[in-house]
Amino acid sequence: MDDNVRFLQGNDVCVQAALYAGLEFFAGYPITPSTEIAENLAYHLPRQGGKFIQMEDEIASMCAIIGASLTGRKVMTATSGPGFSLMQESLGFAIMAEIPCVIVNVQRGGPSTGLPTGPSQGDVLQARWGTHGDHAIIVLTASNHQDVFRMTVDAFNLAETYRTPVILLLDEVIGHMREKVILPEKGAIPVVDRLRTSVKAGIDYHPYLPREDGRLPMSDFGGEHRYHVTGLFHDMWGFPTTNPKIVHGLLRHLNDKIKNNISDINRMKEYFIDDARTILISYGSSARSALHVVHNRRARGERIGLLELQTLWPFPYTQVAEKCEKARQIVVVEMNMGQVLLQVKRAVSRPERVMLANRIDGVFITPTDIRNILRLIHGKGV
Amino acid sequence: MKHTPKPDMVLKGIFMAKKTLKEIRINRAWCKGCRICVHFCPGQVLECDAQDKAVVQRPQDCTCCMECELRCPDLAIEVIVEHPKEAAHG
Amino acid sequence: MAVQDYIRKRFFPHLWCQGCGHGIVLNSLIRAIEELGIRKNDLVMVSGIGCSSRITGYVDVHTLHTLHGRALAFATGVKMSRPELRVIVPMGDGDALAIGGNHFIHSARRNIDMTALVMNNQIYGMTGGQFSPLSGPGVKATTAPFGNIDHGFDVVKLATAAGASFVARTTTYHVHQMISILKEAISHKGFSVVEIMSQCPTYFGRKNKLGGAVDMLDYFKSHTTAKGSDAHKKDPLMIERGIFVKEDRPEYCSDYDMLVKELQLKGDA
Repeated sequence: MDDNVRFLQGNDVCVQAALYAGLEFFAGYPITPSTEIAENLAYHLPRQGGKFIQMEDEIASMCAIIGASLTGRKVMTATSGPGFSLMQESLGFAIMAEIPCVIVNVQRGGPSTGLPTGPSQGDVLQARWGTHGDHAIIVLTASNHQDVFRMTVDAFNLAETYRTPVILLLDEVIGHMREKVILPEKGAIPVVDRLRTSVKAGIDYHPYLPREDGRLPMSDFGGEHRYHVTGLFHDMWGFPTTNPKIVHGLLRHLNDKIKNNISDINRMKEYFIDDARTILISYGSSARSALHVVHNRRARGERIGLLELQTLWPFPYTQVAEKCEKARQIVVVEMNMGQVLLQVKRAVSRPERVMLANRIDGVFITPTDIRNILRLIHGKGV
Repeated sequence: MKHTPKPDMVLKGIFMAKKTLKEIRINRAWCKGCRICVHFCPGQVLECDAQDKAVVQRPQDCTCCMECELRCPDLAIEVIVEHPKEAAHG
Repeated sequence: MAVQDYIRKRFFPHLWCQGCGHGIVLNSLIRAIEELGIRKNDLVMVSGIGCSSRITGYVDVHTLHTLHGRALAFATGVKMSRPELRVIVPMGDGDALAIGGNHFIHSARRNIDMTALVMNNQIYGMTGGQFSPLSGPGVKATTAPFGNIDHGFDVVKLATAAGASFVARTTTYHVHQMISILKEAISHKGFSVVEIMSQCPTYFGRKNKLGGAVDMLDYFKSHTTAKGSDAHKKDPLMIERGIFVKEDRPEYCSDYDMLVKELQLKGDA
């Protein structure tokens, strides 16, 4: 049997993948259902010479990883609902100051303390708009452990490529479920390292002057270039400014660097889409049940397919519209009151085709739940 | 024994005694006219002019104690002193 | 290197008001750094939000201007990631002890090697003169128009109880003492806290009819005394200045490094 075949919790897979991607610094605070990520890293990181620190709260955890990232480290924190709420302010700082970092939010039921051990996908819009001000963000998700591995590595790669925070939006089912995973060999998945400046010491370095492709070569804090980092609007040296031209330019840059690269950032999987009359759109653990339904019904000759989203933000409006063009019904399967549903309605022509199959009671949405809703949609009763 | 000064104090004392003023530079663009330097100067060397900027009025009374330079919130004062040795070589 | 080589001259005159004590803190701080001979590339300064936090913009080292209250948390990430760098964290009183109070006590508890400056002017200046957790009862502020009923922290006692291994207090009047304390604090291996009583003539002074910057410095001169002095014994209301705690204690980053080395020796890594 292959040594790389493991039977792990999703949270453990996330840890293995983070280390694979080159994680060097983790700061966190215990919170269900993400705690195993911190526990595992407390064990693994010091053994590899990396740094693990348990901070006094989630605010401090997020701040600490930003500080560490500035010095040139690959960094991550992991949390869940209430902790993710606490991280929003510093998440905005990382966006503004363009500091690469990965934030794992293993979603649980909310609002507030909600259902610490119950699954939910209620943080999709918070991940997009939780921090204040106009901004862009990258949010990835995964429905099985093999994909958790891949998306975790990709989260680091995208964070380093675009110098931005990337949120990995898992959920309680994925985090705690155990299933088979094959850990990829070194080199099987590309690992992106930070783009560092080639400007020599003593030469005027512009930490916030994007190259033509929008990327910013960094200089590590403590290195040869001294500069200023602030959450205020800033000029190309990093110093505060209220100059309308510079403010405008920076806000555009922060949004455009994500928006203009949707094709690079977007990840989705499709099953039987081409001739599908009914398309299910789902993500995270809900997509497991949706896929089950699709396989069952295809076996009976029904023209049904699944579009599984792995990049939730920037939302792939164009791609979703194209895939759904010929479908009669589009059913969004998610464990919230329709957060992705809203996006799909915005994306497609004839939005009246779009319907919701959901559960919001802290219980995992099953294939039977989806089947019953489909029967209702088709006028067949449950 | 109790009153024997520490060696560094002795050294400091010697230098203090031998220091002479070369120039008090005041950066008018940086000075905000708070009068801290004027008030705490033991020799009343400084004053504020009509534009509320510190100016050197009685340089001959300067003891090179540096209090004005050290307390200036605007980093606008530089007391340039001359040590006899430097002067001899200069 | 000359003192002025440590500042970013193109941003002067600075944004602080006429007579603001924070300028004196900047003045003493760069002298302390210069006298210690610290290379600019080896020094990181991390600040939060408020008048005090703008100090980082003026010092020509690696500077990180973060969020209100969170400077120590950011600094912890920097220091732990690169322990060879020196880290100084200048904060305001509200910044350090209201919104940032939790990070303050936990940084002290960890005894992580950095220097926290509390530039205590007893007021929120940037937002226009609200009372802070160091204002104390009776003080007038825009949010205490009838006099403050909120009690203040004693920074020295708080830092000591929380486990800081170096704790000191001085004022912007006592510049020689400030420079020498800053030098000791920065050289100290562990979490060092220096409370610097600083004047805000614009808001605190005006609201409380304390006069201008000169009068406020005179107040620091007459109402503070050296730690353990006779003056303090006679009048316990006199605020003590000096070094209150200076102890060698295990430092967080060194302990972490030791842990890593032990694991490697065991061949467990």
